[in-house]
Amino acid sequence: MARPAAVTARPGRRRGDGRNAALFATPSMLGLALFTIFPIVMSLVIAFFHWPAVGTREFAGLGNFTTLFHDPVFRRTLLNTLLFVVLYLPVNLVVSVGLAVWISPRMKGRRLLRVVFFLPVVTPMVANAIVWRLIYQPGGLIDGTLKSVTGTHAPNFLGEHGWAMLAVVAMSVWQGFGYNMLVFAAALDAIPEQIVDAAQLDGAGPWHLFFRVTLPMISPSMFFATTMTLITSFQVFTQPFLLTGGGPGVDTETLMMFVYNQGFSIYQFGLASAAAWILFVLILGVTAVQFAGQRRWVNYDV
Amino acid sequence: MSELSRRRPGRTRLVVSHVLLYLVAAAFLSPLVYMVATSLKPAAEVFGSPPHLLGSEVRWSNYREAFTFLPFGRFVLNGLVVAVLGTLVVLVASSMSAYAFAKLRWRGRDSFFLVFLATLMVPQEILVVPMFMVMRWFGWVDSYQALIFPWAFSAFGTFLLRQFFLTIPQELEESARIDGAGAVRVFTRIMLPLAKPALAVLAVFTFINYWNSFLWPLIIINSVDRKATVPLGLQLFFGQQGTQWNLVMAASVISMAPTTALLIVLQKHLVRGIATSGLGGR
Repeated sequence: MARPAAVTARPGRRRGDGRNAALFATPSMLGLALFTIFPIVMSLVIAFFHWPAVGTREFAGLGNFTTLFHDPVFRRTLLNTLLFVVLYLPVNLVVSVGLAVWISPRMKGRRLLRVVFFLPVVTPMVANAIVWRLIYQPGGLIDGTLKSVTGTHAPNFLGEHGWAMLAVVAMSVWQGFGYNMLVFAAALDAIPEQIVDAAQLDGAGPWHLFFRVTLPMISPSMFFATTMTLITSFQVFTQPFLLTGGGPGVDTETLMMFVYNQGFSIYQFGLASAAAWILFVLILGVTAVQFAGQRRWVNYDV
Repeated sequence: MSELSRRRPGRTRLVVSHVLLYLVAAAFLSPLVYMVATSLKPAAEVFGSPPHLLGSEVRWSNYREAFTFLPFGRFVLNGLVVAVLGTLVVLVASSMSAYAFAKLRWRGRDSFFLVFLATLMVPQEILVVPMFMVMRWFGWVDSYQALIFPWAFSAFGTFLLRQFFLTIPQELEESARIDGAGAVRVFTRIMLPLAKPALAVLAVFTFINYWNSFLWPLIIINSVDRKATVPLGLQLFFGQQGTQWNLVMAASVISMAPTTALLIVLQKHLVRGIATSGLGGR
């Protein structure tokens, strides 16, 4: 935000700026204070209290956190969330990079194809989740097709251990990768053609071209997409909530579902806030690792 | 050039690549096709092996039924009102503060902006519980205000528009000022018209976010049959009509309509918004 000295050195001329700034910035600053900063502080306070929605509150110290770490359900939701992230992130990235590269300038109908793959991203998640329930369900699209072709039933994807999480991940990838695909498509379009031509003249084959030229050239977008996808996938809620309700058992219950249940089913705000902070710290930690590691693989000298 | 094109894959491979890609796209779209197909079937024909694209008749009346079984028309109206008003609040508040941060000089500006930026890091899940409590103090639980205001002051819009205002040459502002225009006039007559593309992108993504939002309405709305927005109403519909898949699918198709229309009409702006600012990630 450095300004040329010549501009800042004329303080007299814009004397009304302070008053104007108050006028222009106040709505946002008030809103942010009331609806973001105050709730953050509040949340941190609540996390250290036994704080039922109704009834007496008392200071709990680290009580909520120890309760959580002794709670097998919480530990399981922590594991489930990590499992979701570990499965979802790489599949999302591979599919979105792959399709972004595939829909190259030589393909006809590029714009249409991009819109098609982006469509579920802007569709209400609830609608997406409901149709996938019908697809997964016994007698649904997959089961019905399989039975007519092979005569055997498909597994009950949403109700069987081992399948439920995979089903949630698959639906989430379908729903979400179009966003990253567009990010990569924009980055690919920005690669100067001469660089690709030069590499091809030097005899680079398609694989070599992809791993040695294309990937390094889009590594900043890769970093952006990885970071954003990590952050959002840690907060996954709607897909498991509507597809499996967290089941079978607690196989697909995620941290965000745990926060929701603690807060708004059994109304233990203290526990819910403590769980939310654990999730936040986890996200911060992973993001920090991402940023620390970026020097090794992200190439900004383009 | 001819030297280069000879090295590129031949015509046959290009055709095969096209065919495969369009097959992948078709498979990708099949859940949505299945949604539309099911929405037009008689209830008894939803399940079947092998699944058919079309039932024995095309039942447009499912859509009428979807609107009458639950007050789905009400949900659509609620959703539109909340999304439009929310978008307006976001546009007004964030363009004003963006102007203050980009173009005005005042003490504490850069520190305040840092605070704005820092709040971008905080995800919604930290906020839902305390936000619910704030709503309780305001007496806003189960209200339309609660659907509109709490998320309208996210720093994102301010950040996006500030970056845009910074690209507008300072001389433009200075010369208007010398001509006697005040900040309000500069803002409404110069800045806002110039920022139209950025405002449009922000508006579209904000509208879509409001329209699709599920977790917060689920938390804050109790009288679902009157105040639900579309996703919440859809979930209710699903709970009550779980067996009537054709009606549930008709309602789902309706819920997709506004965002799909926006995507098709404004695809260029949306793509640019994502490419330049990372808007709309979720």
